[in-house]
Amino acid sequence: MSESKLKRVDLIFGEYSSAKYKVLADTLKRSNEEILEDLMESGLKGRGGAGFPTAMKWKLAAEAQAKQKFVICNADEGEPGTFKDREILSRVPRKVFSGMAICGKVIGATRGYIYLRGEYQFLLADLERELDQYHENIRILGFDFPIEIKLGSGAYICGEESALFESMEGNRGEPRNKPPYPTTNGYMNQPTVINNVETFVNVVMIMRLGPIQFKLLGTTDSRGSKVFSVSGDTPIPGIYELELGMPLDKFVEEFGDGDTKAVQVGGASGFCVPRKKFKETVIGFEGVPTGGSMMLFNSSRSMYNVLHNYLEFFEEESCGQCTPCRVGCQQLRKGIVAVKKGNKKAQYLDQLMKLSESMKITAKCGLGQSVANSFSSIVYNFKEEMIY
Amino acid sequence: MIATENLIRDLVDRHGRERTALIPILQGVVEMKNYISDTDMTEIAKELDLSAAQVYGTATFYSFLSTQPLGKYVIRICKTITCDMHGKKQIIQTIEDMLKIKIGETTTNKKFTLLETNCLGWCHEGPAMLINEKPFSGLTPERVHDIISEYINKP
Repeated sequence: MSESKLKRVDLIFGEYSSAKYKVLADTLKRSNEEILEDLMESGLKGRGGAGFPTAMKWKLAAEAQAKQKFVICNADEGEPGTFKDREILSRVPRKVFSGMAICGKVIGATRGYIYLRGEYQFLLADLERELDQYHENIRILGFDFPIEIKLGSGAYICGEESALFESMEGNRGEPRNKPPYPTTNGYMNQPTVINNVETFVNVVMIMRLGPIQFKLLGTTDSRGSKVFSVSGDTPIPGIYELELGMPLDKFVEEFGDGDTKAVQVGGASGFCVPRKKFKETVIGFEGVPTGGSMMLFNSSRSMYNVLHNYLEFFEEESCGQCTPCRVGCQQLRKGIVAVKKGNKKAQYLDQLMKLSESMKITAKCGLGQSVANSFSSIVYNFKEEMIY
Repeated sequence: MIATENLIRDLVDRHGRERTALIPILQGVVEMKNYISDTDMTEIAKELDLSAAQVYGTATFYSFLSTQPLGKYVIRICKTITCDMHGKKQIIQTIEDMLKIKIGETTTNKKFTLLETNCLGWCHEGPAMLINEKPFSGLTPERVHDIISEYINKP
């Protein structure tokens, strides 16, 4: 079909270094400034979806003054269509721990935590065993940075960093106001770096290969590779590590079933791209960003059902703290049902669009703000399907 | 209520009396008896020097910390669109027929509860479900029939 296949990358899941925790041991010998410089040079941006520059985050936390600082690995992977962190944690956990330890050294943290979603409890025993080995290895290295796993209990919102802190502190997982940001007021109100599982692994690979090699992958705005979770109407669902900054039409050519009507990029909180826009859409921070979720839908699927499924999800997972999100999610779902049933005129969709836009500017956290992404992109591109 | 007190005392000894221990303690209760009763919550509040309302507030926020009695085996079916597209409805139908319960219900012998849940992270192998903490993916009506039969024969 196509001669120019997408470049497969093997950084994240690539083999461990020959000696156990070698990259960590080597990096511990370097100065914090050097490490930060390499990270800055690499252009690494957070892999959880928001894409904040990692070096900047670490620098801010390093500069913060406090007796105690924390490093937290966000493994509360709840975005529909995402399963890469589970795969990373089960296949290359050592890289994750090493990345956290490097961060601990750079910012001067005393402790690391992995917040693992409750749905992944089955990973716990293996991870604990690996952690025992990690602790033994850092003791030999003479480095003190214990890591502990905290288990979530089935709340999507706890993937939001401040809600995650609340949950770790024993509270309801309700997001906090920002600012202040975690780098000064995070877990237990102390300076905290919280990064996605994949980001920590990227740090280790940058330390191992150097920033120049890392930068060879991807585009100016989106450096490096990314692990994609591919699902939906595809003959080859699964985990793929690809270069960032790829055009969506190439992606569909390779992963689609020949009849792809739309791709939902970034899960329920992401954007729906219809077929006519595949060519002009770039997957990366300069185009449509994603935490890794890529769901393909072919022409047999009703986009109304897709949207209804997402809205039901948001309605259930909204923490209920702020009105725009709590009420907005319910009204959006009820609204599309009413239009579909003919109880409301098609023009009502315009009002719902306005509501989703209001949620974008008034909701307290990323959950409520991002509902508009899938809502408006699906309603705008597939209006007929919403009505008939 | 000696049993409850002992269970909670054990959990407090293991996790401590800080507020940060609250969720691990609640998770421990769920692991032992699948749900957290009012008595458990007031007992935990006493031990941690919190108000019962604070314990209740935290417990009721999380979908895995049930405050209603559930069966010994809690079946959670992933309801995300990708699992739905690959035959979630037939899986639910099969389980409902086998256990004679609907979504949200518990069998009369208190052995099984059937629930729907949000994305379990097995989208490439959907449909998927959890039975307690154990994941099952790539489900077909036949496969799920075998799995449930196995659990029916379990103690």
